[in-house]
Amino acid sequence: MLHFFRPLLVGLILLVQTSLFSQETTFHRNGPDDFREGVHAFIHATLFKTYNTKIEDATLLIRDGKVVEAGADVAIPKGAIVHDMKGKFIYPSFIDIYSSYGLPDPKKQGGNGGPQMETNTKGAYGWNQAIHADYSAIKNFIADDKKADELRKLGFGTVLTHNKDGIARGTGAAVTLASDKENNLVVKADASAHYSFNKGTSTQDYPESLMGIIALLRQTYYDAEWYKNLKDKKEYNLSLEAWNNTQSLPQIFDASYDWQNILRADKIAREFGVQYIIKGNGTEYQRIDEIKNTKARLITSLNFPKAYDVEDPYKAIWVSLEEMKHWELAPTNPAALAKAGIEFALTPADLEKKDDFLPNLRKAVKYGLDSVTALKSITQNPAEFLNITDKVGSLEPGKLANFIITSKPLFDEKCDINENWIQGKRYEIKAFAPKDIRGTYSLTFSNSSAYTLKLTGDDAAPKAIVIITDSVKPEVKLTYKGNDITLSFNPEKKKELNKIFLTGTIDSTFKNWRGKGQLANGDWISWSATQTKGPDADTSKPKKDSTAVNLSKLGKVLYPFNAYGNEETPKPENLLIKNGMVWTNEADGNLVEDVVIRSGKITLIGKNLSCADCKVLDATGKYVTSGIIDEHSHIAISYGVNEGSEASSAEVRIGDVVNATDIDIYRQLSGGVVASQLLHGSANPIGGQSGLVKLRWGFAPEKMKIEGADGFIKFALGENVKQSNWGDRAVVRYPQTRMGVEQTYYNYFTKAREYGKARAAKTPVRRDLELDALLEILKGKRFITCHSYVQSEINMLMHVSDTFGFKINTFTHILEGYKVADKIKAHGIYASTFADWWAYKYEVIDAIPYNAAILTKVGVTTAVNSDDAEMGRRLNQEAAKSIKYGGLSEIEAWKLCTLNPAKMLHLDSHMGSIKTGKDADIAIWSDNPLSIYARVEQTFVDGMRLYDSERDAQKHDEIRKERARLIQKMLDDKSAGASIQQPTPKGKNGMTIGDEN
Amino acid sequence: MKYIVTYSKALAFIILLSLSISVFAQAPDVPSPAPPQEGRIYLTNATIHTGTGKVLQNATIGFDNGKIFYLEENPVTKPDTNSGRIIDCTGKHIYPGIISTNTIIGLSEIEAVRAANDNAEVGQFNPNVKAIVSYNTDSRVTPTLRSNGVLYAQVAPQGGYVSGTSAVVQLDAWNWEDAAVKNEDGVFINWPSMFKVKSWWAEPQEFEINKDYDKELDGLKAYFKDAKSYFEAGAHEKTNLGFEAMKGLFDKSKNLYVKVYYVKEIQNAIAFAEELGVNIVLVGAKDSYMIADVLAQKKIPVILSKCHDLPTYEDEDIQQPYKTPAILQKAGVLYCISIGAFWQERNLMFEAGTASAYGLSKEEALQAITRNPAKILNLDKQIGTLERGKDASLIVSTGDVLDMKTSNIEQAYISGRKIDLGNKQKALSEKFMKKYGVN
Repeated sequence: MLHFFRPLLVGLILLVQTSLFSQETTFHRNGPDDFREGVHAFIHATLFKTYNTKIEDATLLIRDGKVVEAGADVAIPKGAIVHDMKGKFIYPSFIDIYSSYGLPDPKKQGGNGGPQMETNTKGAYGWNQAIHADYSAIKNFIADDKKADELRKLGFGTVLTHNKDGIARGTGAAVTLASDKENNLVVKADASAHYSFNKGTSTQDYPESLMGIIALLRQTYYDAEWYKNLKDKKEYNLSLEAWNNTQSLPQIFDASYDWQNILRADKIAREFGVQYIIKGNGTEYQRIDEIKNTKARLITSLNFPKAYDVEDPYKAIWVSLEEMKHWELAPTNPAALAKAGIEFALTPADLEKKDDFLPNLRKAVKYGLDSVTALKSITQNPAEFLNITDKVGSLEPGKLANFIITSKPLFDEKCDINENWIQGKRYEIKAFAPKDIRGTYSLTFSNSSAYTLKLTGDDAAPKAIVIITDSVKPEVKLTYKGNDITLSFNPEKKKELNKIFLTGTIDSTFKNWRGKGQLANGDWISWSATQTKGPDADTSKPKKDSTAVNLSKLGKVLYPFNAYGNEETPKPENLLIKNGMVWTNEADGNLVEDVVIRSGKITLIGKNLSCADCKVLDATGKYVTSGIIDEHSHIAISYGVNEGSEASSAEVRIGDVVNATDIDIYRQLSGGVVASQLLHGSANPIGGQSGLVKLRWGFAPEKMKIEGADGFIKFALGENVKQSNWGDRAVVRYPQTRMGVEQTYYNYFTKAREYGKARAAKTPVRRDLELDALLEILKGKRFITCHSYVQSEINMLMHVSDTFGFKINTFTHILEGYKVADKIKAHGIYASTFADWWAYKYEVIDAIPYNAAILTKVGVTTAVNSDDAEMGRRLNQEAAKSIKYGGLSEIEAWKLCTLNPAKMLHLDSHMGSIKTGKDADIAIWSDNPLSIYARVEQTFVDGMRLYDSERDAQKHDEIRKERARLIQKMLDDKSAGASIQQPTPKGKNGMTIGDEN
Repeated sequence: MKYIVTYSKALAFIILLSLSISVFAQAPDVPSPAPPQEGRIYLTNATIHTGTGKVLQNATIGFDNGKIFYLEENPVTKPDTNSGRIIDCTGKHIYPGIISTNTIIGLSEIEAVRAANDNAEVGQFNPNVKAIVSYNTDSRVTPTLRSNGVLYAQVAPQGGYVSGTSAVVQLDAWNWEDAAVKNEDGVFINWPSMFKVKSWWAEPQEFEINKDYDKELDGLKAYFKDAKSYFEAGAHEKTNLGFEAMKGLFDKSKNLYVKVYYVKEIQNAIAFAEELGVNIVLVGAKDSYMIADVLAQKKIPVILSKCHDLPTYEDEDIQQPYKTPAILQKAGVLYCISIGAFWQERNLMFEAGTASAYGLSKEEALQAITRNPAKILNLDKQIGTLERGKDASLIVSTGDVLDMKTSNIEQAYISGRKIDLGNKQKALSEKFMKKYGVN
């Protein structure tokens, strides 16, 4: 319930019609009370009572800052101030659901640039500096009339304001933009709770990656639940108290940056049974089906990119097709959301220039958004999202008198907002166009001279001439405002310094003017003008809108949204691959055979096969192999490969941040790669959980993950985890020696074992996602891939595993594996190595390219890995090096990049060889795949042809043409005077995890 | 093993480690350089890839005092067995020794260890720092290049705008004096970048416009104009060491090697060189394929960056780096393939192999790492091809040298000296194979 208090009369209260009326207030007043009832009737208006209720010739009646009645038949009470709104339009004022109006700018909380392991926030708050669940917007809100005015000009009457800082951001407050004491502006004090993927001003190291942020959110949900149920609270925690207390509010999640973040936010929501209202950034159209499936309500931006300056063709190459296409299609985003039936609210929050809001909204309407939904997205929807429809969002009786008066329909380009009324207070935005005084007048003077005066042209700024003779028709300078009018003209052609100056008033009919004037000689004269004829009817035809958009001519959305994306989702082929040299990786070895794939599986292998419903691929002279599997890859990961802020980050999951739009996925496919283990980096002894993906280019992140794959986790040893090469400041984080690395494992595994016991005993133990992961290792349910170089540390980790009774799955990199190959074999551990890397740091001084061959010969199942997007597409060559260095057979060498990595990733039951029943993950090569001359001609993943060299060549043509089309369009935009941006080359887009200033 | 004595524990560790290895290993980490050729040597019945584009079948090559004096396909008269040693190379391939350009081999030993790097001097204008004086002939890395067939290297400093003066060395020497083929080869510069990296470190790079580009370019130009004025003026009361080192640019006895990236920068660099009247060689120049015709017409050579690379632009042909050599070849540009690193240089032949898979003929690919770099370095009268009168610097491989599946260097000669192909890695491999009883 909103309370209106007695007004505190601030000196300059500009408001003639104050709405603050008659209710009780705690505030004292200096001077006599000054209640005003504020009864206004707006008549003859085209009224949008709600976003979808349009009433012609309607009356809006307000009193005391609220709507009394709105409709066609409204009785006007005595004494109401009547405003004739003929020709005008009234809409509910807009609501910005994503504002930080009236809140102080977040400030960085300390931090000297060096490592900071703990929070800088003093007091009984939680452990992480980026969790500001305790922040209350209402407690920090100070009305700011200047900022309010900027928003009022755009038509906004209400905002939801919150502190845009941190991962949990506390509560938001819904307030109006009226100029008044804060107490009188509050629509809802605690209207929402906010979250984001950005640590903001926090200077604490953790989290430093997106997956770390997600892990922190997840852990905080568990901590809060634990805290809530804790009977004897040893720890009082303001952050968790606040977190729990705000869970029942609408939960708003800032997932800006790209559409994948929306899916990531939704995944968290589902895990914890909440439904977020998710803030996107306007790229939702790039994957609308998945966005729709979240069932989340969205807040999105109208941040349409400027055209790039592509006049120099050598600079144009710095702009990617993705950027060009987004420039073209961004305005279709709201329409795409509407078409998909997604409820959304639009905000000016992301706009560089807030004034672009309405023009961009109109642009969205031109690009297919219906105007009803457009209006809903800035009135009804934000109100609904915040459960404040009882107060704002429409002009039904009892709601706040927040409305705008416009000169034309809102989505007309020439529409002006004339007034914005908030809580019954009038804010003039742009004066109403003056009364139309065009027409023909008889102008007479007291000296009996009489002329004809003609006003023509624009109704708001007519042009006037006075006809003295047929040849003398001087222009009249004419200004008028309200009832004042002045005219001046020179009645005699050619003669200078002979002007007549007139001033006068217009009567209420606007047809008779009268006043005094002065002649050039200084004599005073009386004059009058009387309209003899009204304005000429406008006979010009309505102009065709030259800016109309032909939606059918826009480019298509590609999946993923970049140059090498597809218009359609790929489908498995039924294919007979005839007569190729098949490298089976099975007992059959290498032989010329046919292979049939169907519904994503290898269904038949043999000679002279036929298949009625199959396409045929003649592989005569070609080599057919199972696809390459990269045991160690860091492609397709969004915003941070390492959560290296602490010695253990077992809780973070690469699976949370798979980036399905990474062009390197397609590039790997071109090298015959079908699957990769996406690994956490090697910044800490216990890294994060892996994501095992097939390179399903064109699918959403979740669909890339290998169904039913075992869980893996990255460990790391040596220089990276000791931070040896991180510069002179990185000497704080434990461990800094290989001795400390060992003790780190003892510490964590000891803790995990004790945690496991306590949980098994069903004592109320706080769920700890980090220890959960370690416990999974101890239970043989999660598998370690350990980055390792020198033999001492390899030996050490085997001792740790023996002590705690778990098995290490894989040593990765393992460049000194050859020194302890026998021990590795005895432990049944796999080895995944670089083919020939060395000399890049001290611990690889003894690395040798014979490593893979020696390990293989000793009997260790060995793979070669890439760790690198470039090398990842040449793993066949890296495998071939084991022939040169160490003399492996071709069959052994080939397994290094196919069957062996499949084994170490526990995928060999359905991947890694050409065998009936296995996945149709197949590469077809122009030459012996171990030869440098071999090129991949096709790569199939689950029977889907995701790379085809011929198709790729066609793609180059299509890319060139599509770029050319868009460049022409941008050049048009530039010559039409649109503002443009300078191109810069980009690998891929980055996201700021924290405030980097 | 010639390490400058410091009292670092790490160094002591290295020495201990290498001592302990030598107890088991057959060969030292760095084998002894070969003595000068004694007596004629004939390699017979081989497939000889001369580097001129020709392949001689069943051919014989003979060399004496380090120079080739005999080269015949299907020789009618057999070489005189009494006049020298005959080594039957039936089924084997002979190639010119491979030349690595734009490398820091011998300047850098372990990338991450500061003390092991001598590749970049402090300051922006260092034309007078010379790679040759810190070239370490006892690097453990060098033997791993030799054993893959890389016999020569253009060693180049890397820092600042004007990085220093490169040297050309042969890779089997007791000290840098012995190693030097060219003490002072050319001046290397890093072209100012039009862009600065702005993205967060773990992300793929994102760039912003370098607003100071024009200013940086002006600074570079001013420096070169002063150097030219110094050169033209002749005698000086006060010596400027930097400008002294640049004189060779203006009398055109030295090349100006310009490391440059984007095509806009390449255009600016060419205009710069034309204005100053110096011989420019583009280095890196990933975008060079876009103006291959211009480079051919202006006769501007390119030391091309590696083929095993990702495209620069997201929209670019995903195999563009593989295909660029063939585009330059077709346009008639003098180019060679480089890697621009040190330990990685042992894969130079495979970079060429990939370029061959994507458009070059095998012989053209070979030229891109033999004849072409020799031409760019103005050493083609001496090395880079197998022709009578040229140095007997060649390699013998049991299979196609460009393909890792078959590439296996069995013999190598530098100016007729048969070099030891052992290296630390082979020794370690043998040591542990022996331990496990495998081979």
